[in-house]
Amino acid sequence: MSIFWELPKRLSMKTEKEELSPKITKLKELTYEIKIGQAMTKDVVSVSPDITMCELREVLQANRISGTPVVENGQMIGIISVEDLINAMGVCSPISTTNNREVTSASQEKMTMASVRESMTMTSVRENMTTTPETLFADEPLARAVSKFNKFHFGRFPVVNRQEELVGIITQDNIVSAMLKHLETSYYQEESLIYPTDRILTDRILEDLIADEVNLILRYHVNALDFDHAGEASSKLKKTLIRLGIPPQIVRRAAIASYEAEMNLVLWGEGGELHVKVQPDQIKLETFDTGPGIEDIEKAMQPGYSTAPEWVQAMGFGAGMGLPNIQTCTDEMELESTPGEGTHLKTTLYLEANASGFLGEGATRGRETNPQAFGHA
Amino acid sequence: MTLREILEIIEGKTITENINLDQEVKMGCGSDLMSDVLAFTHQGTVLMSGLTNPQVVRTAEIAGIQAIIFVRGKYPPQKTIDIAEEKSIPLLASKYTMFETCGRIYASGLPSCGVFDLTSHQWDAKFTGDE
Repeated sequence: MSIFWELPKRLSMKTEKEELSPKITKLKELTYEIKIGQAMTKDVVSVSPDITMCELREVLQANRISGTPVVENGQMIGIISVEDLINAMGVCSPISTTNNREVTSASQEKMTMASVRESMTMTSVRENMTTTPETLFADEPLARAVSKFNKFHFGRFPVVNRQEELVGIITQDNIVSAMLKHLETSYYQEESLIYPTDRILTDRILEDLIADEVNLILRYHVNALDFDHAGEASSKLKKTLIRLGIPPQIVRRAAIASYEAEMNLVLWGEGGELHVKVQPDQIKLETFDTGPGIEDIEKAMQPGYSTAPEWVQAMGFGAGMGLPNIQTCTDEMELESTPGEGTHLKTTLYLEANASGFLGEGATRGRETNPQAFGHA
Repeated sequence: MTLREILEIIEGKTITENINLDQEVKMGCGSDLMSDVLAFTHQGTVLMSGLTNPQVVRTAEIAGIQAIIFVRGKYPPQKTIDIAEEKSIPLLASKYTMFETCGRIYASGLPSCGVFDLTSHQWDAKFTGDE
């Protein structure tokens, strides 16, 4: 499994089932919306290459940071971290060169520490720093930073503008904080921004309906091989779900699943019915057809497997991604088919789990206040 | 990147009327496979496609595609334009091939839609032996 999206996964509370099924999450989208410049720490502590390692230690300690860029004449020429400091101590320490460790008495230890300290005044940052460090551009999306943190296991990346001047520094904690902040401010705005004129007055109808059980059933009829109107049912469904106040990210997933299912009815099912049952905590999406059925369901579920003739592929479908797409977009999926009789697709999308997935308790856990703090390298 | 900037980069033309050229698109996707468009895009994506039938616009609406650019100088049938006008999805045209249209825009700094879990699962299963 790729570790590219490990960060969002850690952020959300997920059930085992959800862990297994890949999701198009809001967090993934966010990493493209937010720029590195918005997430980074702008007040960067930097050091000159000519200070000694002893002075570096004081700078790191005073600012409670674990690493810092090295700047000369306005240009960043390297980066130096606690690790470099420890390595420098190892090289300088007499202990590391002697085999006779048993004789280390208290006074000897004192002397050793003194000599290490002395030697640290002899070696400069320039001699110990990492030159040509990996950097990120401030105008790149946060996704670039996420992938770079996964590729190189560094604690921080200096951020530069396109003139290669240092403008900030970014840690994984910066990324987490920026995403949470963005989610808080934009989550409710977003719904109303997408279809501002298309809203009805109540914000969330489902929550306003008072009953022991709420069940809203939407039925759509889909005609076989009617390509002028293929997709219209899903288009109507999408609009309706938005009006019901369903979160946009779930609407998008439901619409994609329903569109793929609808195309299956149009292309293969000889037409059929699309039934959507909306409840306060879930959306159940089902299709029924009396078409030829599926010979081998397991095979049909494999991404890329297709029995589509050329004319279907010419329309941009039949690439063997329909059923896998439906599975990706839904929380539960069940496919029953009898050759010669028809196919029944049942899917479920949960509303609650997703809402808490990125705004619930789990999302705020593990938040750090000091992004460059020790111990988070 | 705004649609105005994109039009400049690809020396393109507009097809639908009254397009707000200052709207921002966040990333790009080039595909003629509509299922791939549904699976491998995010909200706010600009789609480059050689497919001009009405299904492209319907797919775009479902997937939250912000604008569509037809490549290789293709001009869509009136039905496609009508649906796009109705759904307020801007249609643009490029005389360049899919490769060059995407290349020009990518090289100018518009990112792709990234690597998706679905891709990496298959990739790992096929090439690295992990699940």
